[in-house]
Parts: sequence; C-alpha cells; structure tokens
Amino acid sequence: MGSVTSELPAGRTPLADAAETGLKIVIVGGFGVGKTTLVRSVSEIRPLNTEEVMTQAGVGVDETSGVAGKTTTTVAFDFGRISLNERMVLYLFGAPGQERFWFLWDRLFSGTLGAVVLVDTRRMDDSWYAIDRLEHHGTPFVVAVNRFDDDSAGHSLDEIRQALALPPHVPLIECDARVRRSGKDVLITLVDHLYDLAMARETTP
Amino acid sequence: MTPRRPVDTGDPDRLYTVTGGRSRADDAFDLVTLVVRESEPSAGMQSEHVRILEMCRHPTAVVEIAAELRLPITVVRILLGDLLAMGRITARHPRAAESVASLPDSALLKEVLHGLRNL
Ligand SMILES: Nc1nc2c(ncn2[C@@H]2O[C@H](COP(=O)(O)OP(=O)(O)OP(=O)(O)O)[C@@H](O)[C@H]2O)c(=O)[nH]1
Ligand SMILES: [Mg+2]
Repeated sequence: MGSVTSELPAGRTPLADAAETGLKIVIVGGFGVGKTTLVRSVSEIRPLNTEEVMTQAGVGVDETSGVAGKTTTTVAFDFGRISLNERMVLYLFGAPGQERFWFLWDRLFSGTLGAVVLVDTRRMDDSWYAIDRLEHHGTPFVVAVNRFDDDSAGHSLDEIRQALALPPHVPLIECDARVRRSGKDVLITLVDHLYDLAMARETTP
Repeated sequence: MTPRRPVDTGDPDRLYTVTGGRSRADDAFDLVTLVVRESEPSAGMQSEHVRILEMCRHPTAVVEIAAELRLPITVVRILLGDLLAMGRITARHPRAAESVASLPDSALLKEVLHGLRNL
C-alpha cells in the first residue's frame, strides 16, 4: 500500500482497481445536528467537501414563482466513503435539510439507496420538512436521534416518534454520531430496512 | 431524464477558462460514477484534463474529482465529457441511478449489508 500511496497527491487513498459499482446513502438534517460527525466516524477517508452551483430558474421550485430573473445558489455538501468489497464502494453524503436546499435533491441524489434523517431533540422542528420530502419523493429512510450531552429533556423514542408523526414502519433509533460503532449501526439499520422492503416487493406477485 | 441545465458558477472568468465557454454538462456522469483513465496525459493537454487523468489511474468517483479539483460538479461533468469523447477515460456508471424509481434489489442490498457488518 505504501508505494502506491506515495505516487498520489497527499492524503488520497485510491479505490481497488476492480471497483465498479458506486452506491449512495444520504445523511440529511438541520444545522449542527452531527451530519459531518457521522460521516467522519464511519468513513475510510477524511470527509471531503464539494459544491454544486444551481440556477434556480427552471428548476421547478414552485415557491419561487413570480420572481423574475435567475438566482444562483451554491450548495456545499460533504461526503465520505466506505469500500464494501473489491467491487462495491458506498458514498455517504451529508446534506442540509432546510427547505431552501431541497431543489438539489432530485438532481444530486437520485439513485440513492436510502437516507438517514439525523435528529437533534432540542430542535426537532428542523426534521419535519426533510421527513415530509423523503416520503413525498419515495426515498426509503430511517430516523436516527443524535443524543447530545445537554439533552436534558430526555424524550423517549416513543415520544419522539409521536412528535415527528412517524409511521410505525419507519425505523427510529438512537445514536452517538461521534462513535464509529454507533454510526455503523445506523447504516446497518437503514440497509436492513431497505432489504426488508426489497424482499417484500420481490415476493409480492 | 432530467433536462440539461446551464452552468452558472458565479465566477464567469474561471468557468470560461476551464470549459472553453461551454455550459452544458454531460448528465450521464453520476456523482458516484467511477472514472478510470485509458491513457496517460500527453503534452499540450489542458491542465484540468491532465489532473483528472492523473487522479484516475485508479477508479475515482466524480464527486472525489470535483473535491480534489475544487470545481463545481457541473464543471467536472463537462471536463469528463471531453475526456470521454477523446477516448481518454472509461466510466463505470452506477447500476441504480437510471431513474429515481428503480429501487435496489435484495441481492445487491445483501452484499451491502455484508460489507457493512465486516467493517
Ligand atoms: N455531545 C455530542 N456532540 C456532538 C455529537 N455529534 C456531533 N456533535 C458536535 O456537534 C457539533 C456539530 O456537528 P457537525 O457534525 O459539524 O454537524 P453538521 O450537521 O455537519 O453541521 P452543519 O454541516 O454545520 O449543518 C460538532 O461540534 C460536533 O463535535 C454527539 O453525538 N454528541
Ligand atoms: Mg456539516
């Protein structure tokens, strides 16, 4: 590995030469909820940052109707990566959940396996819009509650499910985004859920 | 298919330099399309093309190229379209990205689960 790495620009770790299938999972949530922390804790590379610049005219955001001319918005997002085996590599994208960024969703994240909605119980309002959009879009998701140390209210998962009006079939779990094992469990919960959905589809005539 | 959209980087000079004034990106390149070079850079090539070919000695995702070059995704798609047309790269596109509605099958997900559990 050492000789290969030294030929590359500092810090870059190459994929296996047999890598052929890129997969996507999106971590979505409000400001400061722990998206980057979660990506970092499970990623094999330091999270990288990139941006897309969108011209909002013609993107189909009906809320902006009536506005003449174009507005340009730059949306930055970070990502990490997990090599699942020699052929498959999973990319994790941390995406802002605020309403004004969602015109990007179709464009950047089509073809995602599914999503994790990261929730901070001190600011649960930030999660409603993301959950609503994912349901509307038909993207399967799980909800992970990132417990911060000063979360004094200590809501139970049942209370949180009620507050978010989450249907019973959507998995809801707790996590600590700083801990690798915990981040990994969140991803496994999501993919387990996706697997169940796929099996149900495939066995329904 | 999503319609092709014009690029607007908010920095017209840089965009013009990098893309030769073109503003249509090749939408075939997904964020996680893996790009592999077919030949080494040659003399006289545009510097961004050279850098992409250097990176893509091993398979490299579009989004990693964009992060490394510090260019917006759309601009990178344009540059990759050039290299593809020149026969300099091949693209390994994701299976699941053809449409939003094509959900992954259980066999694929089983492999993903297996990979995650072995982390
Ligand atoms: N106590 C505690 N702190 C956390 C946890 N997760 C994240 N943090 C801290 O919360 C802060 C914000 O975390 P980020 O990962 O940057 O959040 P983000 O969602 O990426 O934030 P933006 O990209 O700015 O929206 C950082 O200082 C983290 O160290 C957690 O589980 N517990
Ligand atoms: Mg962040």
